[in-house]
Amino acid sequence: MVPDMRAALAARAEGRMGGARGNGTAGSTDKIIVRDLNFYYGTKRALENINVTIPARRVTAFIGPSGCGKSTFLRTLNRMNDIITGSRVEGEIRIDGRDIYDRGTDVVALRRRVGMVFQKSNPFPKSIFENIAYGLRLNGMAGSRSELAGRVEQSLEAAAIWDEVKDRLHESALALSGGQQQRLCIARALAIAPEVLLMDEPASALDPIATQRIEELIYQLKANYTIVIVTHNMQQAARVSDNTAFFWLGRLVEFGPTDRIFTNPAEKLTEDYVTGRFG
Amino acid sequence: MISSRHTTKIRPDEIIFRAGTGVFAVLIIGVVAAIAFELYRQSKLSIYHFGWQFWQTDSWDPVAGEFGARPFIWGTLYSSILALIISTPIALGIAIFISELAPGRLRLPLVFLTELLAAIPSIVYGVWGIFVLVPFVRQLEVNTPEWLKVLPVFKGPPLGVGMLSAAIVLSIMVIPFTSSIAREVLKAVPQAQREAAYALGATRWEAIRMALFYARTGIIGAVMLGLGRALGETMAVTMVIGNTPQIAASLYAPQYTMAAVIANEFSEAAQELYLHALVEIGLVLFIITLVINMMSRGLIWSLGRQKNPRRARRILSTPAPESA
Repeated sequence: MVPDMRAALAARAEGRMGGARGNGTAGSTDKIIVRDLNFYYGTKRALENINVTIPARRVTAFIGPSGCGKSTFLRTLNRMNDIITGSRVEGEIRIDGRDIYDRGTDVVALRRRVGMVFQKSNPFPKSIFENIAYGLRLNGMAGSRSELAGRVEQSLEAAAIWDEVKDRLHESALALSGGQQQRLCIARALAIAPEVLLMDEPASALDPIATQRIEELIYQLKANYTIVIVTHNMQQAARVSDNTAFFWLGRLVEFGPTDRIFTNPAEKLTEDYVTGRFG
Repeated sequence: MISSRHTTKIRPDEIIFRAGTGVFAVLIIGVVAAIAFELYRQSKLSIYHFGWQFWQTDSWDPVAGEFGARPFIWGTLYSSILALIISTPIALGIAIFISELAPGRLRLPLVFLTELLAAIPSIVYGVWGIFVLVPFVRQLEVNTPEWLKVLPVFKGPPLGVGMLSAAIVLSIMVIPFTSSIAREVLKAVPQAQREAAYALGATRWEAIRMALFYARTGIIGAVMLGLGRALGETMAVTMVIGNTPQIAASLYAPQYTMAAVIANEFSEAAQELYLHALVEIGLVLFIITLVINMMSRGLIWSLGRQKNPRRARRILSTPAPESA
């Protein structure tokens, strides 16, 4: 147990970041249930027998060294891997009890319910307003002109960026700073009111201040969303998450309440990783 | 030459490299200027004789010594724009299919085949046009329903040779250029853009539309490259357009282009004024090409920094991405 990790956990325990506090799965329903999941890129098996249950309205962090499969796993949760040719999935992932890899699943509708924020911010080359409006229009949620404007404002508010951009809504999103762009992408994902928000290392390209803002945002959002975050940064996992899953070589080594994973891991491998002995 | 007195030491090989590339860069400007000057010098007689009238006169009568460029300007622009209208959707369709939809095994043969179209000499297109396309177009013209013939674009006798044949040949010649540039441009669109659209619940087509929007300036560049090719194409057009200097809206009417008239009449221009008028046609073509290129540059530039994406969508003439 490294001291700064202790500080990160302490910060979370004090609730310094505000928002609802949740500990472990207690008092929460199961949102995503993964059973015997295997994932292949061609013949290479990238995920091996993953079994995990992700609770609703909690932050679940995936940690592990590069190439351990945590991003791949995240992308199976909204079937983003479908667009990679030669990929294959075995096993089942149930969201609210329904298998998303079932033949009858509408992938477009699934992705509407399971939003995603990417590692590198990827706003569309349009205005700030249009970036948010795009998803709303796509899903028939735009409504009238004033309703659309209202929803755009709400989303930007929810992503804690409204105050910074309210006077320049019709300027290009590409003119924003990296941290602002990432929060815009979060706002864009929130606009269509998903139930689950997947975040693939959302702060890895950001400076510490921008990172802090994103983390505070995650903390606030978990009151309303089930959040799954992939991160390289163990302090970040300790700060923002309720549960942590440690991946290694395509396997899920250990999953449990974040406090326990970082202070008293059951597996030797997990202990070695969280104490910085490798990875 | 460069001594230690200078604060930054420039290596001699760098000087040679800079001077060498600099010379080439200046050379290209020099060549363009020389072409413009030479065109002017050899068309002086006509320029001073007709003045601006040259751009506005409809008759081209070497016997009477009357020369006007208007029918040729019309023919060049009309045939090129028609060719763009026909070729752009097809070329974009090919580009989208190859870069976004085609299975890996099909991709390479398709790329090869479209690129092969560009390698066929224009005289071959012309011969194909005369023996295959023109009879086909004639059949089309003969079988035009009467109610359509009321429209000015379908008026006239069914000759086969004419604007429609020229536009079709041109469009086929333009397709490989537009589609291969558009394909490269689409390939350069970051996968993250498509994923962002997918993550918001976009269908495949909606995600492709977003990629097209991202690539819009490059796609306009691709279309403009095709336009440049169409404006200057000579041989194939000459063989199927009918070579009649007239301004007609009809697709069936034989017409003439600037490049075609120069190629056809250059060797028989006996009087000096006739020759100078032909060279001035060349000058007009040069100027028009330059202006269109500058306009397309301007368009691309303004799109690159535009704040209102709505306009871009209209220009791209693809359906607005939000009309899902």
